[in-house]
Amino acid sequence: MKFGVLQFPGSCDEVDALQAARRVGDAELLWHGDESLQGVDAIVIPGGFSYGDYLRAGAIARFAPAMESVIAFAADGGLVLGICNGFQVLCEARLLPGALLVNANRRFTCRQVELEVVNGDTPFTRACTAGTRLSIPAKHSWGRFHAEQRTLQAIEDGGQVVLRYAPGHNFNGSARDIAGVCNERGNVFGLMPHPEHAIDELTGGSADGIKIFESMRTALEGARA
Amino acid sequence: MHPQPPSFDRPGAPAPQPSAEPIPTVEDALALGLTRSEYELLCEKQGAPPNAVELAMYSLLWSEHCAYKHSKKLLRTLPTQGEHVVMGPGENAGAVDLGGDLVCAFKVESHNHPSAVEPFQGAATGVGGIVRDIFAIGARPIAVLDSLRFGEPSGARARYLLDGAVSGIAHYGNSIGVPTVGGELYFEAPYEHNCLINAMALGLARRGDLVRSAAAGAGNALVLLGAATGRDGIGGASVLASSELGGGAAAQGEAAPEHDQDMRPTVQVGDPFEEKKLLECSLELLRSGLLVSLQDLGAAGLTSAAAEMAAKGRVGLEIDVARVPRREPGMAAWEVMVSESQERMLCVVEPADALAVLALCERWEIGGAVIGRVTDDGRLRVLAQGALVGDMPVSALVDECPLYDLDPRRPPAPLYPPPRATLAAEATPAAALLALLRSANISSRRPLYEQYDAIVQSRTVRRPEQADAAVLALPDGGGMAVSIDGNGRRVAADPYRGTVEAVLECAANLACAGAQPLGATNNLNFGSPEKASIAWQLGESVRALGDACRALGVPIVGGNVSLYNEGPTGPIYPTPVIGMVGRLPDVRRAGRLGFQRSGDEIALVGPFAPALPASELAKLRGEPLPDGLAALELEAVIAAQAAVREAVRANALASAHDIAEGGLAVALAECCLSGHLGAQVELGDELFARCGTQPGEPSASWCALFGEGPGGFLVSGPAQALSELGRCTSLVRLGTVGGGELRIALAGTRLSLSLDELGNAHASLGELFA
Amino acid sequence: MLIRPKAGILDPQGVAVERALPALGFSGVANVNVGRLVELDLEDPEQLQAMCEKLLANPLVEDYEVQLLEESGHAGGNGRGS
Repeated sequence: MKFGVLQFPGSCDEVDALQAARRVGDAELLWHGDESLQGVDAIVIPGGFSYGDYLRAGAIARFAPAMESVIAFAADGGLVLGICNGFQVLCEARLLPGALLVNANRRFTCRQVELEVVNGDTPFTRACTAGTRLSIPAKHSWGRFHAEQRTLQAIEDGGQVVLRYAPGHNFNGSARDIAGVCNERGNVFGLMPHPEHAIDELTGGSADGIKIFESMRTALEGARA
Repeated sequence: MHPQPPSFDRPGAPAPQPSAEPIPTVEDALALGLTRSEYELLCEKQGAPPNAVELAMYSLLWSEHCAYKHSKKLLRTLPTQGEHVVMGPGENAGAVDLGGDLVCAFKVESHNHPSAVEPFQGAATGVGGIVRDIFAIGARPIAVLDSLRFGEPSGARARYLLDGAVSGIAHYGNSIGVPTVGGELYFEAPYEHNCLINAMALGLARRGDLVRSAAAGAGNALVLLGAATGRDGIGGASVLASSELGGGAAAQGEAAPEHDQDMRPTVQVGDPFEEKKLLECSLELLRSGLLVSLQDLGAAGLTSAAAEMAAKGRVGLEIDVARVPRREPGMAAWEVMVSESQERMLCVVEPADALAVLALCERWEIGGAVIGRVTDDGRLRVLAQGALVGDMPVSALVDECPLYDLDPRRPPAPLYPPPRATLAAEATPAAALLALLRSANISSRRPLYEQYDAIVQSRTVRRPEQADAAVLALPDGGGMAVSIDGNGRRVAADPYRGTVEAVLECAANLACAGAQPLGATNNLNFGSPEKASIAWQLGESVRALGDACRALGVPIVGGNVSLYNEGPTGPIYPTPVIGMVGRLPDVRRAGRLGFQRSGDEIALVGPFAPALPASELAKLRGEPLPDGLAALELEAVIAAQAAVREAVRANALASAHDIAEGGLAVALAECCLSGHLGAQVELGDELFARCGTQPGEPSASWCALFGEGPGGFLVSGPAQALSELGRCTSLVRLGTVGGGELRIALAGTRLSLSLDELGNAHASLGELFA
Repeated sequence: MLIRPKAGILDPQGVAVERALPALGFSGVANVNVGRLVELDLEDPEQLQAMCEKLLANPLVEDYEVQLLEESGHAGGNGRGS
């Protein structure tokens, strides 16, 4: 299977995402200015500071030609993973509910966090077991997940909360400790921590992050079978 | 923007235009920072008094900041060659061979004066500038480290500068996707009015990809890449960097802040987004073989970039300021030439490649413009819309600035007031240990380094405070270790020995990670070299730097000098800052600083001879600086470093930690806290002998616990491993890892503190970041 | 365009400023909000609302207010009213 990793001006973690994706399949970079998604099977929108986070994080990137294609791809049921800045882009594009606001402490924070798997039944978490924990590094300044009460309740009830910060690990003040959400259909998933940075214990503090990518491969292979 | 092919083909040189501007006087030259004799010399070299454009350019290139007038002769005494050196001083950055066709480019630079005026942008643009130096030689920047020094944190100003500087470094480094993996932070009263912001960057490249900055090829095009040019930093190199902040006699109290307020408009503002695009574009241009040479624009902007490119290549350059993309209306020619607008690079391109270069700039959404051409007559010519407005010989600008000898004299009286005492005279050793852990120079830097992305690019194997040096993985399974270390207070006590200690500490930190140093970079931060005592400090420090690097076999491949760091209350401590890069063969065996296993034995390794004068404890007690530091056994220290390094590489040790501020007791606490494990140790006769005291003497225990000096390592591991280590270097067994407390027994007394108590004290830095 | 966080959403910047002001001796300050200002010249004011809704603000979490300044003349003076 082939992953497509979007690259915007200002993307930083696209190379890391490429590396992680290549552990489980093929992967290539997709230039923001090109409409074609090169026939990839899944999309990863990586972390970084697309357009410098200017105006709002992800606000400008979400209008890139490639993103128009990603929106259509998602509407068709294609798998889309948004990491950190990618999560911000997906919220700006309204492919995911809510918005990411500035961290409660107003500062960029880089820290290894523990996440609880809330929904182990999505195409992104099937390799994880609900109730277990993942140790993943998080690094951002605009990561506080926010949505109206109504929306929050709806996504909780609908099983759209996929990952939660374990007690004591929610440094950005996200509502209900939500670390990662998916859309109603379950094919679009965004999270603030960086699974692509936790594929080797040596550099990532754990290899828990690879499970996200493995889940995606399994889901795609299953779809073909 | 439509790419224009270069159109400078004219028969012969442009005819000089009579200038409507009045010729500047010698008073104008003095106002720009030149001396009378420098002005007369430059008139001689020009053959006539320089016009306004020419004077502005000379005043910058002949400033201390650009020309190193007072330090160049000293710097020539430093060792710069070695088997691993691929690029030595003189290029945008130095580079050492990592083996396997890989090289590491690195350098440290300061941005002290701008940061004192506007800490966020000063520190941010400091990072931007040093990172550009790395990709200017064709290396991909892979890490940043920062060395910061401020006044005492009890003062609001120091906290303001700290917060601003850290935010600025975080903002810039994080945004461009380069991890900040290490650094150091100190607070001392002499830095109150002159903070130190030294930024170091490293990059990786294939050996064949390194590019030099010499312009070449008469007829080639000169292309400016990156941001548009505005009025940022006008006069920066001469006005800000070479002058003392707060003015001379007039500056006391209220006068100083106003003066700084006036300086605000000249601070450069950085745009990391532009830098990231510029970085990717530059690397792609180099990969595509489209560039003849590349130079980044830093202090003195186009003036220094163009002059240096021409000087290195022994060619001439012609620039038309009208072709420089500008973002401010009505900029005069001299303003365009001296602007320090950030995120710009200058490159030389063969005419046939110019269109392709500009097309790549467009793809990456950065500016690109042909602004001039290379000539073969050794002159730097400035045109405005085709009319000649400045014409100078390149060698006069770059190589013929007068260099000065220093007039050093050892200060007859102490230069620095004693620190304020903060530790009660009757404090117990346990209370003193907590006070040291709580002190701003020792407490955990976690509230600071968590603001930095330490892991982007996926190379970081040891993050801040996991080991004594940062460790990055290389593609071949090996690793790179890097540390930045400086000293102010101990160098003030003894410029020679203090500097040797600083160099040794940097190498020791690498050894604890398992790395052998390959090369070093240095930033010399001193007061005014025109004062005899500062000249003495500088001379002694450079002499020591050379001696220590030669003894270690570590060449200096580049660096920076920042002088005139003096304010209304006097000069800063003389502060040499050293950055070193080393290699380890197996990155999985990178050392750790924290205890790992209950039951491991703990030992002191090396010729550590602790002494209290000039220590952190002495500072807390408000003691004045001693006149001189104890002698050190250089060869024995170096041998101990090698022994520790080999033991780490052999995977024999669980942990290795260099003993530094706060001495042995603080080092023990740090190992306990990092590993979340307690320890039981006993300090016996051997240690008292090292102090040169008897166990019963009143100061003996204090010295054993908190005395400082080079050549001390705290290691832990299986008993067998320590025995073997003890066969090749001096080793004193201290005790065992385990439990939830740190218990130290010595001379019949006991010190006992729980991990919680230690941890609470150690976590106090967070209070400085509201 | 003045863009500010929606009421009820935690505005940590506003909180920090509100805390800092009394420390400097300014009392009687409440309800500090820190937002964004976007200024631009444009030919068709009808486009403004769409521009705000689509890009300049995030209506989920931000409110915005448009202030139409006077036409800026090209010849002499800047014509900006308040």
